[in-house]
Amino acid sequence: MTTTHVTPAQTELAAARVLRVGAGRTQRIRGSPPPGEPRRIGYLYVLPALVLYVAFVLAPFVHTAILSLYSWDGVTPAHFVGLRNFRDIFSNPVLLSAFEHAFILIIFYAALPTVIGLLLAGIMARSPVRGMSLFSTVLFLPYVIAPTAVAVVWRWALAPDGPLNQLLHDVGLGGLAKPWLGDFNWALPSVGLIGTWVLYGLAMVLFLAGAQKIPRSLYDAARIDGAGPVWEFLSVTLPGLRNELVVVLVLTVTAALRNFDTVYVATSGGPGTATTVPSYLVYNTAFVVGSVGAAAALGLLLAVLIFVLNSAITRLGSQ
Amino acid sequence: MIGRLESRLGYLMLTLGAVIALLPVLGVLLLALNKSTTATGGFPSISSLHPSNLGHVWTEAAFGPAMKASAIITLATVAISLVVSIPAGYAFATMSFRGRGLLFYLLLLGLLVPLEAVVIPLYFDLRHFGLVDNYWGVVLPDSALSVAFGSFWMRAFFLSTPRSLVEAARLDGVGAFETLVRVLLPLARPHILTMAVLVFVWTWNDFLLPLVMLSGSTIQTAPISLVFFQSQHTTDIVGLAGAAVLTAAPVIAVYVLLQRNFTRGMLAGAVKG
Repeated sequence: MTTTHVTPAQTELAAARVLRVGAGRTQRIRGSPPPGEPRRIGYLYVLPALVLYVAFVLAPFVHTAILSLYSWDGVTPAHFVGLRNFRDIFSNPVLLSAFEHAFILIIFYAALPTVIGLLLAGIMARSPVRGMSLFSTVLFLPYVIAPTAVAVVWRWALAPDGPLNQLLHDVGLGGLAKPWLGDFNWALPSVGLIGTWVLYGLAMVLFLAGAQKIPRSLYDAARIDGAGPVWEFLSVTLPGLRNELVVVLVLTVTAALRNFDTVYVATSGGPGTATTVPSYLVYNTAFVVGSVGAAAALGLLLAVLIFVLNSAITRLGSQ
Repeated sequence: MIGRLESRLGYLMLTLGAVIALLPVLGVLLLALNKSTTATGGFPSISSLHPSNLGHVWTEAAFGPAMKASAIITLATVAISLVVSIPAGYAFATMSFRGRGLLFYLLLLGLLVPLEAVVIPLYFDLRHFGLVDNYWGVVLPDSALSVAFGSFWMRAFFLSTPRSLVEAARLDGVGAFETLVRVLLPLARPHILTMAVLVFVWTWNDFLLPLVMLSGSTIQTAPISLVFFQSQHTTDIVGLAGAAVLTAAPVIAVYVLLQRNFTRGMLAGAVKG
């Protein structure tokens, strides 16, 4: 599965994701013998990283799993309730809808940017791109700006008397104007489109950079075989972008599922519960409502969802 | 001929993409520098620039202390995650010791653990150790969340350096630590810079962790100041734009300066828990 045009780190990251898929596949990254002489001193070098990681990531994660089995308000003593917090999630339409919203956001955060990026890569795969570094600097810009700042800006742009509605009025489409983030039907797609804005440039750059590294000879061969543009895309470009596809999907799907800042700032989950998402619920349930156990269950479920989807993406990429 | 048409279509898409990415950013920048504090709809005009608005927001939203807090948290996190990730990556790549594989995969798991699944115990447990409502409460978890990626990233670099370098040093009787510092680190500069840029961007922009860990404190990071300012001044559009610009500016500056390093990391699929 390692192709010649990927960086070592990229292959490694892809391999690391393969690792999660199943024990049978770990062979791939164990191909080479362990480098270096036996050195006990190695423990000393990895110790600080491991201590930090265990203390502030692994132990809290285990503690989240334990807390998810308790009913606790954060103050009075907790009591064990078994799986009740999870049953509550699956029987509460509001909580369930948060996960539904997260899946809808995947369309806007992951699917749309991926389609846009692949389209561009398909069109430009066979020609060198001039000004690539300038384009990529600009296209990455939305991604590096603080999500809170992005949300503040779009909240203004999409406000009832904001520039978007103003523009609609100016071009005679005033009938379409609406309070985008305050509309029950439009709030979630609006939040989604903010995500599309943040991520499409990243997908464009990653796919285009990947496509530039596909050997021209493959295209010449496809052309000799009489391949049309569509077949060329499916048989040369897409397989050549497999690693980039995994990277883009992992990044964007995770961003969709972990949407906190945008929702917190732009809609606070509203109107009603139209834009509640798991991340926002974890925060709100634990630190505003004070149902710590229930929030831990939500956080754990979100982590499991991220695990499962990332593994599925990786498996897809390694086939 | 078809190739030329395709290429034009491609440039059209790239240009359109760049314009759509840039236009809102420029719009907000112009708005932040606009004269009128009652500006509402429409695209701000370039003719009435008034930079003093930024100064006004700086005082109004207490951005001075917020920028300082963000700088302290971000630089400390970058420093700590580098200092622990470099030796870990080095040992995982060049030394063999029992349990090395297991420990490495344990660390890798951190690439997948979202902050949402650790933030609750972080708050309630660290409270007992006095690590809440101060810088450490943000810096230590933030560093830990970057360590999985960091060790991984540095290991990939050390694996890619010629084995003969390390072996020659060893034959010359150079110690493992000296080999790292004298031989390998000078070569690792671009790799280290990439990691530093990524951790800088992640940490500066982070909102959930400082929101929770600093909730009872007067310390505010720039994103938190921005959000508080917005909840108090929903109608002060110019002020809001200024606050957004101030919050984003340091990251944009670092990004523009070290753009190549950032892109390299993104192309490799860098993620943080």
